[in-house]
Amino acid sequence: MNRILLMVLQRFGLGLLTLFVVSIIIFVGVEFLPGDIAEALLGQGASPENVAALRHELGLDRPAHIRYIDWWAGVMQGDLGTSLANRRDIAELITFRLSNTLFLALTAAVISVPLALILGVLAALYRNGIYDRSVNIATLGAVSAPEFLTAYVLILYFSVKLGWFPSLSNIDVNTSFIDKLHQVTLPAVTLMAVILAYMMRMVRASIINLLASAYIEMAHLKGMPKLRVIVKHALPNAWAPIANIIAISLAYLVVGVVVVEVVFIYPGLGQLMVDSVSNRDIPVVQACAMIFAGTYILLNLTADIVSICTNPRLLHPK
Amino acid sequence: MTNRLLEIRNLEIDGESDEVWHEIIKGLDLDLDRGEVLGLIGESGAGKSTLGLAAMNFVRPGCRIRGGTIRFDGQELTEQSETTLRKLRGVRIAYVAQSAAASFNPAHQLIDQFSEIPVVHKVKSRQDAEADAKDLYRRVLLPDPNGIGYRYPHQVSGGQLQRAMTAMALSCRPDLIIFDEPTTALDVTTQIEVLTTIRDIVREFNTAAIYISHDLAVVAQMADRIMVLRYGELVEESTTRQMMSDPKMDYTKSLWAVRSFKKEAETAATEINPVVKVDNVTAGYGEEDILKNVTFEIHRGQTVAIVGESGSGKSTAARVITGLLPPRLGEVQFSGEALPKSFKSRNKDQLRHVQMIYQMADTALNPRQRIRNIIGRPLSFYLNLRGKQKEERIRELLSLIELEPDLYIDRYPDELSGGQKQRVSIARALAAEPEFIICDEVTSALDQLVAEGILRLLDRLQREFNLAYMFITHDLATVKAIADNVVVMLQGEIVEQGPKTDVFSPPHHEYTELLLSSVPEMDPDWLNELIAHREKHGVMTSTSTS
Repeated sequence: MNRILLMVLQRFGLGLLTLFVVSIIIFVGVEFLPGDIAEALLGQGASPENVAALRHELGLDRPAHIRYIDWWAGVMQGDLGTSLANRRDIAELITFRLSNTLFLALTAAVISVPLALILGVLAALYRNGIYDRSVNIATLGAVSAPEFLTAYVLILYFSVKLGWFPSLSNIDVNTSFIDKLHQVTLPAVTLMAVILAYMMRMVRASIINLLASAYIEMAHLKGMPKLRVIVKHALPNAWAPIANIIAISLAYLVVGVVVVEVVFIYPGLGQLMVDSVSNRDIPVVQACAMIFAGTYILLNLTADIVSICTNPRLLHPK
Repeated sequence: MTNRLLEIRNLEIDGESDEVWHEIIKGLDLDLDRGEVLGLIGESGAGKSTLGLAAMNFVRPGCRIRGGTIRFDGQELTEQSETTLRKLRGVRIAYVAQSAAASFNPAHQLIDQFSEIPVVHKVKSRQDAEADAKDLYRRVLLPDPNGIGYRYPHQVSGGQLQRAMTAMALSCRPDLIIFDEPTTALDVTTQIEVLTTIRDIVREFNTAAIYISHDLAVVAQMADRIMVLRYGELVEESTTRQMMSDPKMDYTKSLWAVRSFKKEAETAATEINPVVKVDNVTAGYGEEDILKNVTFEIHRGQTVAIVGESGSGKSTAARVITGLLPPRLGEVQFSGEALPKSFKSRNKDQLRHVQMIYQMADTALNPRQRIRNIIGRPLSFYLNLRGKQKEERIRELLSLIELEPDLYIDRYPDELSGGQKQRVSIARALAAEPEFIICDEVTSALDQLVAEGILRLLDRLQREFNLAYMFITHDLATVKAIADNVVVMLQGEIVEQGPKTDVFSPPHHEYTELLLSSVPEMDPDWLNELIAHREKHGVMTSTSTS
């Protein structure tokens, strides 16, 4: 047990280190972009004196590494800082956006994960049959189309032609849950199209791989019923690969959300991040990037822990 | 009531590869009485396993039964529903697979995998099944029979797993057990123990068995009757004793062939400096030492065979010599000069003189390169040969390994047979014009006739080019055929070394004696006599520590 705990802690430490590296990369990246927030806010007609004054006011005239260290000092105390664009507290600014993004991502995940597992296992069981082939063609098609294309096609048919769903998501603090679901349908379907296909294909591949192993043949030769072979003999060995597939897909979901939010003008974290990058609002970009990276790392960590905890070699050492 | 248990008539099975169906079993008949043990023997691709599984009316994915009848205890299996067949499998017909390590589910305890057969088939309660498991574990001589079932497969050694699988096959006291190469993956010393267990248990329960193996000597110990198969057809069938003493067909006789090949004369060391000297080397991975203070030398024109069981450090020694694993202590000398420990710091000439041939030619040859490029690469890398010169040398090398250059130079490895691939590996090693070649189990993945061809080729090349070989093998028959000197290894240490005639003639070191006496012989009484001898003299019978 101690060994497992040690491995989990090790992974966790590595995750924190990754987060740190990500923060540097983002900071340096935004720093390299031409122009800064003072120019973005004041517009092209501003006099150099005005720009310099605003810079001084925002503290942008200090060297980059000082600002970076300052930012960390704040984060350590739980203070994400204030937005340079509108002086609002970033934590406050993000909370509402984050809850919207999570709502969208979760809706997509809750439907697509179980569906992908079922479709994938069925495709593996009836492999090379008509079901398998048609599912394969459909999912390949879905994977190949970029999200924005899928999104615009969905908008064209379901909001412009049929008028069933809104093409723009209009959500504020007072929107009811049912109304939210209605608003979120098209963005969620766009996201699902991609990850469902990907997950399903990976589940199919890993189950087929597993079903070819000698112990599965042995289970058949012991006269075990088909369902028992799958549930008792294949699944316990499938958790590790499946957990990995799900984690990677969900991580992709969190990233894919950016594009989808922009297309549907959905008031989520992704859109906020894109807006903030274009006004060079470094603290907001940093905060958003940390949240995205943190989610990514947390999901992968979970997958690692699941693989460790379902591996008999680690659970029952010699 | 008749005594006939299984009657297969005119069985035809097809297999699919690249969307084309071809025959694997071409109209075979098979009869088996209750309590009888039938040996199926043949080389890879002969259809042994396919035929064995067909006794349960089971075919692997990508195969289909095209015709014929399979009558088990009066019941025609080919006409039964999948449910009826399922109820037969595990209960009346059981299967013991080649690799127990792969065939036990890694996620469950051994006893769970044992008990699920009687419980799912409603033969016994869970409690009774577990009690029975412990009883059978005791009878197959597993250590700690009451506790071992609660272990997971990776916590048990290979030989023990193979016995646990035999016990599992007996869980419902079947009428027939199919043993599919149950000892092939084991070391010779472990093989003896498992063979004895299987034979005793089959007799004790009067179970009929089909025993599949490519090793005639092993089958001779187990079977009452033997069927020799080749390309899905029967070559010869007779009782074991008759088959051993008087084989009728040329093919059957040829199965003995490798044992009859023998190197012409032994080569004695000629010069003072050996080509390669491993000097007091200690090496290993992580904290653990796999090799401990190992010293041996190899002279020009000589073959030194390194023998030992898996885990004894044979391949680690090869990795140290090639520089893939820098030793912790000691050094490797080449023609009297110390070689840098890691291959990274050796110069081209030092690299050129140590070449290697691997066990699996399939994985050692790049499948995307033509033979021309595979052999040509060392020519341009080590010897700077270009253009026409290189082309001529490639053709010369192909002729040396007895492959027609025009026919083979533009082929891919996939277009060659197993033996031909191994020949290409040899040519690739030769291309560097080395003085020393390490042969790591080069014949163990090959059928006997093909292996013999490879050994003859290696022998001829050695004489022509005065090459030194280090031959890593667990097969003592091969050692007897080709070695000049023998190094016997056990758990990372050398227990005995010297000229073959000395090592192989008494008095032996205790472990060498165990290894030598464990190699199955063609005599059907060999196992009986050996067991009787060992019981009487109480000699060392195992090296297993777990």
